[in-house]
Amino acid sequence: MQIKDLFSKKKYATIPTERPKREIPEGLMNKCPKCGNIQYSKELEKNLKVCSSCNYHGRLNARERIAMILDDGIIQEFDEKMESVDPLNFPGYASKLEQQKAKSNLYDSVVSGEGKIGGFPVVIAVMSFDFFSGSMGSVAGEKITRAIELAHLKQLPLIIFSTSGGARMQESIYSLMQMAKTSAALAKFQGNGGLYISVLTDPTTGGVTASFASLGDYNLAEPGALIGFAGRIVIEQTIRQKLPDNFQTAEFNLQHGQLDKVVHRKELRTTIIKLLDMHAPSKGGNE
Amino acid sequence: MMSELPFEKPLSDLKKKITELKSLSNEKGIDFSEEIAILEQRCKQLENEMYQELSPAQKMQLARHHQRPTSLDFIQHIFTDFIELHGDRLFADDLAIVGGLAKFNGKPVTVIGHQRGKDTRDNIARFFGSPHPEGFRKALRLMQQANKFNRPIITFIDTKGAYPGDTAEERGQSEAIARNLREMATFGVPIICVVIGEGGSGGALALGVGNRVLMLENAIYSVISPNGAASILWKDASRADEAAEAMKITANDLLSFEIIEDIIPEPQGGAHRDYTEQSALVAEAIAKHLAELEKMSPTELIEDRYLKFRKIGQFRMAE
Repeated sequence: MQIKDLFSKKKYATIPTERPKREIPEGLMNKCPKCGNIQYSKELEKNLKVCSSCNYHGRLNARERIAMILDDGIIQEFDEKMESVDPLNFPGYASKLEQQKAKSNLYDSVVSGEGKIGGFPVVIAVMSFDFFSGSMGSVAGEKITRAIELAHLKQLPLIIFSTSGGARMQESIYSLMQMAKTSAALAKFQGNGGLYISVLTDPTTGGVTASFASLGDYNLAEPGALIGFAGRIVIEQTIRQKLPDNFQTAEFNLQHGQLDKVVHRKELRTTIIKLLDMHAPSKGGNE
Repeated sequence: MMSELPFEKPLSDLKKKITELKSLSNEKGIDFSEEIAILEQRCKQLENEMYQELSPAQKMQLARHHQRPTSLDFIQHIFTDFIELHGDRLFADDLAIVGGLAKFNGKPVTVIGHQRGKDTRDNIARFFGSPHPEGFRKALRLMQQANKFNRPIITFIDTKGAYPGDTAEERGQSEAIARNLREMATFGVPIICVVIGEGGSGGALALGVGNRVLMLENAIYSVISPNGAASILWKDASRADEAAEAMKITANDLLSFEIIEDIIPEPQGGAHRDYTEQSALVAEAIAKHLAELEKMSPTELIEDRYLKFRKIGQFRMAE
């Protein structure tokens, strides 16, 4: 053994330790996608999925939204099992539909039905971004139209929560025509005195924004929600400029006169109840 | 001079050969008449075959042909006494949409259409036929006027889509389109919409809620341009031809889906070959459908239009 060997770097064997890894059990904690703040999932749920640090409004699926907004959930759901028939036989569409159904536990991107808010009976339709990015094809258009027609028939207020990536390209012209169909149904309903409250949530874009979502007697939105017609990338390519960060946010739309009010999720239910109360049939005045 | 499309090259090559042969025959004094007759026969056959079996992608090229007649061309050929009216009374006059009063077969109508430019300068002024909100709002103002004075509304659809720009978003592009869709459902006058070139997305539909929607033989109509669909679906805009096929964008497709009521034939080789003949064919179709609609009362017209769009959609109940 030479003397320099005494100073050579020794190799150590690693022995696996029995100590449990300090990993966060899945589902217990949650990281805010906007500010990175880590909070308990239970706390986040209690806070209606709004980040306690930066106020980021997390996306809700249709079931979560309904649980949050209606008194006792949906009393009667309409056409729960309505599904697409792939009318154009579009390459890859049928399998994508199956995949989306499994992922979201829904048959398409709209859940609709009757329920109560603050005791007021309403017809409600809620879009779910977790099904096919909330895109509108024949099924979504038909379910929205039927909801409008039912509200018309029963003379009930109509509330639609929108969230959508836009048109369902795989249904091309059928998808486009749903914009006309839903808007025409609203013309009848609103022309007959019907009350329609539209709530635009993150994100609402394309053909949904350019039809029923923009046609509320009152257009509300959640803070920070992306609301617009064309996509940011397309616009940047067209005008060859970078767009500001706040472009197409709810606040941007409010500033440009496109919304009545931006409402924090915590106050959404009470705001809707107040609006419904303002339109409640008069009880005769001398109570 | 008609500029040719890539798929038309074999035909023009053959035509060139015939011309060459003819001049050679003249120069050298040799009789090629037999050969020329054979070639001309083949040329005619090729032309017939080619234009009778156009693929969706080829129709897309014809629909976008820069020499294709525009709304103003049809207005000039089909109507008389056209008075163009400008502005939305809110912000500006959008040149991507033209409109005004005119007479059709002697009767006053309101006519509105998307307007592409005829050259680069014109195209820049008209945003290549892609309207801003003020364009849709001008159209709405003219339609409300037509409804008030009980005039039929004729619209020509020819746009890649609403203008995708920051200023358009700021001024409420979505709201402008949505409002047109809703309001067009309420008018008690006949509305006839003719897709003359490209019908792209909500920007097309915003002039498209009619009792009758007609398409020129080679016109296309889709929820997004095939180029846009290809780049979103497959991250590859160069696969537009494939998307054109898959999206079923042709007049024949849309007639079979009962989305449109009629197809207006085009001269062989496309609408740009003969403006006069094409305009006569469009006028004939408008006259036919207008005569039917003029028999209806305002209430019937509204209900007819509602039912037309109400029935569109394909779905089923899962087991």
